[in-house]
Amino acid sequence: MTRHRLFWPSLVLVGLLLGNLAFTPDFFSIQVRDGHLYGSLIDILRLGAPLILVGLGMTLVIATGGIDLSVGSVVAISGAMACLLISKQNDMNDVTGVLTAIAVGVLLATALGLWNGFLVAGLGIQPIVATLILMVAGRGLAQLITDGQIITIRSSPYKLIGAGYWLAVPFSILVALGVFGLASMLVRRSALGLLIESVGGNAEASRLAGVQSRRLVWLVYAFSATTAGVAGLMISSNVSSADGNNAGLWIELDAILAVVIGGTSLAGGRFSFAGTVIGALLIQTLSTTIFTIGIPPETTLLFKALVVTLVCLLQSPAFRAKVLRQRRQPPPATAPPKTQPTSEIEVSA
Amino acid sequence: MDPILTMTGIDKGFPGVKALEDVDFRLFPGEVHALLGENGAGKSTLIKVMTGVHPADRGTVRLAGKELRLTGPHQAQAAGISTVYQEINLCPNLSVAENVFIGREPRQAGRIQWRQIRRRTDELLQQLDLHLDPSSMLSSHSIAIQQMVAIARAVDISARVLVLDEPTSSLDASEVDQLFRVVRALRDDGVAILFVSHFLDQVFALTDRITVLRNGRRVGEYLTAEVSKVELVTKMIGQELAALEELQEKPKRVQQELESRPVLVEAQGLGRKGSIEPFDLTIRKGEVLGLAGLLGSGRTETARLLFGADHADSGTLRIGERTGILKTPRAATRLGIGFCSENRRTEGLVAELTIRENIVLALQATRGWMRPIPRRRQDELVAKYIAALRIRPGDPEAVVANLSGGNQQKVLLARWLVTEPRLLILDEPTRGIDVGAKAEIQRLVVSLSDGGMALLFISAELEEVLRLSHTVAVLREHQLVARLPNIDLDQDDIMQMIASGTHDQPDDDLGLISRDSDSSGASA
Repeated sequence: MTRHRLFWPSLVLVGLLLGNLAFTPDFFSIQVRDGHLYGSLIDILRLGAPLILVGLGMTLVIATGGIDLSVGSVVAISGAMACLLISKQNDMNDVTGVLTAIAVGVLLATALGLWNGFLVAGLGIQPIVATLILMVAGRGLAQLITDGQIITIRSSPYKLIGAGYWLAVPFSILVALGVFGLASMLVRRSALGLLIESVGGNAEASRLAGVQSRRLVWLVYAFSATTAGVAGLMISSNVSSADGNNAGLWIELDAILAVVIGGTSLAGGRFSFAGTVIGALLIQTLSTTIFTIGIPPETTLLFKALVVTLVCLLQSPAFRAKVLRQRRQPPPATAPPKTQPTSEIEVSA
Repeated sequence: MDPILTMTGIDKGFPGVKALEDVDFRLFPGEVHALLGENGAGKSTLIKVMTGVHPADRGTVRLAGKELRLTGPHQAQAAGISTVYQEINLCPNLSVAENVFIGREPRQAGRIQWRQIRRRTDELLQQLDLHLDPSSMLSSHSIAIQQMVAIARAVDISARVLVLDEPTSSLDASEVDQLFRVVRALRDDGVAILFVSHFLDQVFALTDRITVLRNGRRVGEYLTAEVSKVELVTKMIGQELAALEELQEKPKRVQQELESRPVLVEAQGLGRKGSIEPFDLTIRKGEVLGLAGLLGSGRTETARLLFGADHADSGTLRIGERTGILKTPRAATRLGIGFCSENRRTEGLVAELTIRENIVLALQATRGWMRPIPRRRQDELVAKYIAALRIRPGDPEAVVANLSGGNQQKVLLARWLVTEPRLLILDEPTRGIDVGAKAEIQRLVVSLSDGGMALLFISAELEEVLRLSHTVAVLREHQLVARLPNIDLDQDDIMQMIASGTHDQPDDDLGLISRDSDSSGASA
């Protein structure tokens, strides 16, 4: 079982959760209040939903051997766009208007993803440089949309996405779960998964096998930006406002981290959506833990770094071999009886 | 005399593969010892255990009586075991001298002693009878020279044991001689040399003793002087030898019936600046067209144009009923063309994926991602070709990276066979492959063409080209110089064509043509 690549991150996640129990005895309790589920675990899932979404998109990008640094900016832009449109409505609670705003926000994100895809697949710019452009420029674009202000809205339909409930469960969890399910189905039921892994594993060999890698690369950047766009709606909806400067700030780094913790190699190739979800939950649990056990704010980043380092070390076979070997000294190998090499010809040299 | 290196009861497994089982091996100082075996017999694994790349699961390695616990190649090197690999592990962008001393530069007060490096390199090169400028860029030399530089480096690290893994696979005959001189000189100095090669002639010319492996087990250890080639081949591949001989005795392919078959591929003035001059070529249904030519004569380039891997910038190409230059490999695959590249690792397989995934890749790519091949159909196809090509291990979910070279080649072949191509291009399909797998692939070529498939067969071994082809096309300096029906053709005829009148070509039975070493150049 320890061979399964999700074993170690899962173990750390469970360990963190159990660790919380020591500080917060009712950490695992889930209550129903006003017909809504409440509890620390629910909070982790709810607050982790945007990161899960961004991570899912990032997984495919990384699987092709690329990287998408622009997701944080896309989060800000889609949230800003949706909030702007809603704020301009006469009735912010008008469902049609809200749906339109949501659609525009997501489509705008997709368009930005196509732009990234164009730079990477169309022009052949290195992914890290290509997406850096939008990472920087996107913040400016978000500022332009919000006119440099923080747009605040009061719209209960919009609030549903990030802070609402459906059938007692936070809606954002359902969205993240839905996207996870759909994306998993899509890549494994179709041949998308195989083709993406082959492009990430060996781009030239895939081209010679007839794989249309450009189109795939285009697709994954569009997908990544789209999931980031949905995450942006979620984040802005949760606080009922759009902040072009700070929404989704540094989320690209957490997302990359989640993907890596989940066992997808930055070099591309094999990927695991489930791994990314575990990675995202681990990061979110960490953030929650830092608050609940009252680690002083100035050391939170350090604490986070320590746990992440631990996960990475545990995932490294070389490290495990070293630690485990030291733990249990190898029993002086039950050496096979030393026999002379049975040679068929005696050699006298 | 005691052996300098003894390996006892070595076991080594990889996920899904048992690579070595209870293997004993010993190496004496002052001998050249050949390690022979089919692909997948465990030669590479044994070397990697010996040189610390992989730890053994069980068993011991002793050097001069002391047990070695190797955890990496560095330790092996420090202990006196140096390796020169088939793929040269040097930095092409550094100078010869820098390559000889990289990682162990002599320093004084922290400063690298460049003058000493150059002087010592010069001495070493003299010793090996190489006349190069130590400060010249490594990449400016041929693969053969680069290999010798690697040997110079290994020797200077005071190797007691020198492992040469397929050192001759990219050398031509005169370079092989030069290498042998160096190896013999080292042997006379008391170095123990392990020589891995597929070329039996070279094994007999150079080595003193031979260890044969088969299926991860040691078959035996023999004195070279006391064993015959046939005996050896039998030990390596068992019953398959008979099959190979049978194939050899088959009469040359029938030419006459070919004329009546429809033309499948017709190239007119197809060419690309800087890689191949415009050429005319037709391939008929069921025809095997052999491409012969020296290293760098444009064999691979011709194939790449026909497959759309490179764009042609002149001429026309008709494939079946469709006319027009191919722009992408995808266009070619959709027209029923398959291409097994000579560089199976960089341009062929996706190493981290499984056998199944690699085999279905091309077929899936032609269908597009929205029409996945149902899993049951995949399993059927894969099982069929694993059995037909005898791919080992037979587990479709085994990772391709763990397979031996010959089995990787078969996976690549299977990838194209499942697409049921009309034209299959095989670029050096038998390179670096043992006799057994080679016979299997040659037999496959014959049966595919009997079944109506057209094949473009590229090989550096004229003998093989002559045996399999209906027609032989000869390339010389990026030009297609002749296209001859394979009637009463012999190797001399083709060599004349390639050399175009000059007579200073060696004509030993290694085949004139140097093994293709510019693969990196061709793919760049």
